[in-house]
Amino acid sequence: MTDTHEELAVSLWRGSEDGRYQAYTVPRRESQTVLDVVTFVQRHLDPTLSYRFACRVGVCGSCAMTVNGKPRWTCRTHVEKVAGGGRLEIGPLENLPVIKDLTTDMEQFFRKWQQAKGVFAPSQTRHDAIAQIRPDTPARAAADAAIECINCGVCYAACDTVRWNPGYVGPAALTRAWTLVNDERDAGNTARLQAVAADGGCHSCHSHQSCQQLCPQTLNPTAAIAGLKRRTAAAYLKGEIEA
Amino acid sequence: MNVRLYVWQRATAAVMAPLVLGHIAVIFYATRQGLSAADILSRTRGSIVWAAYYGIFVAAASIHASIGIRNILSEWSPLNERRAGLIAIVFGLLLAALGARAVAAVVLS
Repeated sequence: MTDTHEELAVSLWRGSEDGRYQAYTVPRRESQTVLDVVTFVQRHLDPTLSYRFACRVGVCGSCAMTVNGKPRWTCRTHVEKVAGGGRLEIGPLENLPVIKDLTTDMEQFFRKWQQAKGVFAPSQTRHDAIAQIRPDTPARAAADAAIECINCGVCYAACDTVRWNPGYVGPAALTRAWTLVNDERDAGNTARLQAVAADGGCHSCHSHQSCQQLCPQTLNPTAAIAGLKRRTAAAYLKGEIEA
Repeated sequence: MNVRLYVWQRATAAVMAPLVLGHIAVIFYATRQGLSAADILSRTRGSIVWAAYYGIFVAAASIHASIGIRNILSEWSPLNERRAGLIAIVFGLLLAALGARAVAAVVLS
């Protein structure tokens, strides 16, 4: 990376829930990502800074943080795109408990995946022939909803409904459920539709669409949730699930 | 919000949509024709059609609004779902009583 001799005014969240922002000055570099900035602080200015990352190439989904007020995957977010006026305020993801500094406890995020039955329920065994799925069917296209999801938590942090209603399972869990609802090989749909039709399920969504606006993988959880609303309403009216 | 409340709220919205349009049309008609209160009451009193029209409207609005109030209370107030639900039921019954009183006033002679 080339040093441009410019500097960035960076504020990083330090401490747990009752922490505060602390100011740092970081050299501006060409093609610099927000994760590069955080890493510079940890390696050169304050080794006690805690943050989470792994792959650095947008695959693992572990480096999401709040950058200038919006949740972002920091490894693929270039400073030049988000640092208006050479300023960066970087905090932990919203809607999740802060462990320390930029690191959040994602236990509730993944527990809600389980709650929404976001786990594949096999209908066959390894001894059966491999299922033949036609790629051009509407169900197969709908099943794409969450296939590229990297579990980064950006949609969960961006969601106003999660902020107002801590019981809401959130966009990522529901998008995963919608993918499985459309998976022809899955045998767990009645239980899954029942789970997402309960209080805190898909009907809690207000369709604000912050999730699809900020999803780094350009997925559309709002559309997936709308699909679940239609499917669960139909199942309820047919008596297949209970309220 | 669960699927039962969702279906009720959407269904009552579907019922109200044409009723709102009809209600607005009636308001325009009454004002453009210069109908007096006596003229209006002479048309509505004893009318099963107007009683049914506004009776259904009041019932749908009471159910629809109380589900919305439950949502707002459970998201924006410290009340838990159960308490928010109880307040919403009271609110819905109050709306239904006030609406039924208004309908009775214009259709009963």
